[in-house]
Amino acid sequence: GQRSLESHKNSSQNFAIVSFQWDHVKKPYIIALWILVASLAKIVFHLSHKVTRVVPESALLIVLGLFLGGIVWAADHIASFSLTPTVFFFYLLPPIVLDAGYFMPNRLFFGNLGSILLYAVIGTVWNAATTGLSLYGVYLTGIMGKLNSGLLDFLLFGSLIAAVDPVAVLAVFEEVHVNEVLFIIVFGESLLNDAVTVVLYNVFESFVAIGPMNVTGIECLKGIVSFFVVSLGGTLVGVFFAFLLSLVSRFTKHVRIIEPGFVFIISYLSYLTAEMLSLSAILAITFCGICSQKYVKANISEQSSTTVRYTMKMMASGAETIIFMFLGISAVDPDIWTWNTAFILLTLVFISVYRVIGVILQTWILNRYRTVQLEIIDQVVMSYGGLRGAVAFALVALLDKEKVKDRNLFVSTTIIVVFFTVIFQGLTIKPLVQWLKVKKTEHREPKLNEKLHGRAFDHILSAIEDISGQIGHHYLRDKWSNFDRKFLRKILMRRSAQKSRDQILNVFHELNLKDAISYVAEGERRGSLAFIRSPSTDNMVNVDFSTPLPSTVESSVSYLLREKAGPVCLDMQALEQRRKSIRDTEDTLAHHTLQQYLYKPRQEHKHLYSRHEIMHSEDDKQDKEIFHRTMRKRLESFKSTKLGINHSKKLNKIHKRDRGQKRRNSSVIPNGNIPSDNPVPDFTLKEKDLEFSESEENNDYETLHLGKGVDFLANVTKQNFTDTPAGIDNPVFSADDDQSIYTKFSPWLSSEDTVVPSQRARVQLPYSPNNFRRLTPIRLSNKSIDSFLLADGPEDRPRSFLPESTHM
Amino acid sequence: VSHSQITRLYSRFTSLDKGENGTLSREDFQRIPELAINPLGDRIINAFFPEGEDQVNFRGFMRTLAHFRPIEDNEKSKDQNGPEPLNSRSNKLHFAFRLYDLDKDDKISRDELLQVLRMMVGVNISDEQLGSIADRTIQEADQDGDSAISFAEFVKVLEKVDVEQKMSIRFLH
Repeated sequence: GQRSLESHKNSSQNFAIVSFQWDHVKKPYIIALWILVASLAKIVFHLSHKVTRVVPESALLIVLGLFLGGIVWAADHIASFSLTPTVFFFYLLPPIVLDAGYFMPNRLFFGNLGSILLYAVIGTVWNAATTGLSLYGVYLTGIMGKLNSGLLDFLLFGSLIAAVDPVAVLAVFEEVHVNEVLFIIVFGESLLNDAVTVVLYNVFESFVAIGPMNVTGIECLKGIVSFFVVSLGGTLVGVFFAFLLSLVSRFTKHVRIIEPGFVFIISYLSYLTAEMLSLSAILAITFCGICSQKYVKANISEQSSTTVRYTMKMMASGAETIIFMFLGISAVDPDIWTWNTAFILLTLVFISVYRVIGVILQTWILNRYRTVQLEIIDQVVMSYGGLRGAVAFALVALLDKEKVKDRNLFVSTTIIVVFFTVIFQGLTIKPLVQWLKVKKTEHREPKLNEKLHGRAFDHILSAIEDISGQIGHHYLRDKWSNFDRKFLRKILMRRSAQKSRDQILNVFHELNLKDAISYVAEGERRGSLAFIRSPSTDNMVNVDFSTPLPSTVESSVSYLLREKAGPVCLDMQALEQRRKSIRDTEDTLAHHTLQQYLYKPRQEHKHLYSRHEIMHSEDDKQDKEIFHRTMRKRLESFKSTKLGINHSKKLNKIHKRDRGQKRRNSSVIPNGNIPSDNPVPDFTLKEKDLEFSESEENNDYETLHLGKGVDFLANVTKQNFTDTPAGIDNPVFSADDDQSIYTKFSPWLSSEDTVVPSQRARVQLPYSPNNFRRLTPIRLSNKSIDSFLLADGPEDRPRSFLPESTHM
Repeated sequence: VSHSQITRLYSRFTSLDKGENGTLSREDFQRIPELAINPLGDRIINAFFPEGEDQVNFRGFMRTLAHFRPIEDNEKSKDQNGPEPLNSRSNKLHFAFRLYDLDKDDKISRDELLQVLRMMVGVNISDEQLGSIADRTIQEADQDGDSAISFAEFVKVLEKVDVEQKMSIRFLH
């Protein structure tokens, strides 16, 4: 309309070559501009490491929002931008919740589901009821002055301010690394309490609308029933769409490019459908993500999986940024500001106090039934980490001024509460945790021994826990995985994906066997005992890595401490050093090195979920290293048992092998560390080796001269394992690889009974017996993820245990 | 140990026992995925198997797990003359000690300690550093000057550590 009018006007005068069509693009332009501003802000924040260490990003964003709102206000004297509930609920919240659901660590989640549900349902109801009632009680005493609200209004307010907010919680917990159980409980609680919040909110809102006179017992009963309907209904909707999504992803083999699209569209539809049916939309989209993750990840290609992951993180992160910024901006709106000191103060006090009480009570009850106890420090973090956020704000903004007379008061209070929790509690939670942890181990300095053995105990304990299967409710889980295996998989996963998982287990043992046979030669070469003394092999690998290590250790301990921006540093010795100047340096160094490099036991080290990073590297490296080492050792010990079985050796193979070796050695030695992007020629050499030794293939291998063998082994190990300066590496697992590859190749992290074929099996090529040599890991680049290229072979079997290879 | 605990453990035992012959072999343990990424995983597996054998029956399985029962208060006052319960502090420490002491000479030598250290530490530490850490560790604990840690020294140096808590898992009722 506008445009045609203008152009019409213009056309009557002259032809405008270029015209300023502001109104035409106004809406999308402003949206894009805000997104840009938010993202730029993020960049700016992260430039200063010092600031981000102390202040959580959410707080910074709110402050920025306030600032920007102030500018807009000063410029225009109108509050033109604010966080409208529609935008929030339809566009900003779904990506965040989907991200949370899709990357939810399922096993942990369902293992702790009981506790999570208790906190989410009972806890939220408790918070809502107590806060509402107390406020009402205080109101009756008249301190608050004149308000237009009755009991129901207060209860309504209580219900919307009670819910712990997933967005805020996550934002803060990213900074404070807590143990996984605690994390999942708080996180799960913040997600699941949506159902309760929605129900309470709707119930009280309609009660307020129909007036306190008409609220009868029937209505209350209906309210309770609606809770169940809303929550279970929402969940079912989510599960249904998850099923749909998995099914669809099964057939997308030929439309790979749009695979990621399905994930987002179908999940979003689940959200909207639940919203349409007035069920809990958050629950729907959460469970859609939770239930579909396994099947979707199995079905779609690597690239699609990566795309999904990155896009989801990007949208979630972006949405979160925008939310916080707009929270700040929306606060600058004088129209809504109503101040009532008593009300505001009391709200703050009540929500904090009641949360603490609630947490303590519930934990006390739970601890009687839980294997893993929740300690005081966990409870403190849980109470203190109960942040309110944007959901509360959006809900309060939805309130109708006519029905709820004190809407503005509620809005202002909500804003203040949200700001307080996010900024103040977000800021102080990290130091608080630090102080508490330090307090626990404060009075004496742990000795080296204690640290070392303590860590060993942790590992032992996790292992025993795993063995005895005490974590979680296994009966249910076993039943579920049976059901899953028998029915769901057949429907929802691609045939190839199914086969791969089933067969891996079978193939593993066969490979182990063949490996063992093939490694008999090495055993002979080096004497069977040498394998037991495996540290020597490790030593050889480590030799070249004269890394930063000496220098970092020599620098001052406090510098090192500062570098550890993330998790709380619990190194008592190091902390002591800062205070006392006179200390045995060596001692400190030893302590600190140990602290830095000891593998972390399972409870500590997993950063399960992060909005801002694709989690990987550190913990994966640890897992890789340990896994690698374990597998090697197992094979070796398996070998040495096989040693007794295979006795006959033929000597004539030695020379041929030597020649093969020499050829290889000559290419290896001059290079020292083989640059990792040069594998192709290496492998062609290997291929030739293969053909060479093929001719006299049999299952027994010869002893080679000890020296040569050792060199060769050293070179082989060097070549294969020194792709990165970090040490043991493996062509299959390059450090740059996405986590997805790792999870693909280590599906044990997600399911119990698939086992990855030994890596060494893939690596040590020339010694493979007949059928085994068919597996040739050819790495075309550091980033190559489909690492198996099968030489043409008669068997189809090895092919099947590849997880989807797409382009080889 | 209550009846329900035993039943649970038995069902776990049978679910691990893929060969269904009433005993567990090392492969059965190795099938547990988390153990592969536990640095001490293999050693712990070995701890289940009595000397030289390759199979462990349910009784043996239970015995080893019994080390990790939390120490009940009422047990402390029990008859001191009877055999010490498996989950006493001393026995728990002994379990851990056996994990270190591969050659079973009742001492943790420098080499054995180095092995364990190497297992528990990443690959970024050079051997010299590891060696010096090992030396200091032995130094801290060693009282009779034999450059090895005997069981008594092991116990002594860990006297302040809350072993009962660190080496106990609470079985569900």
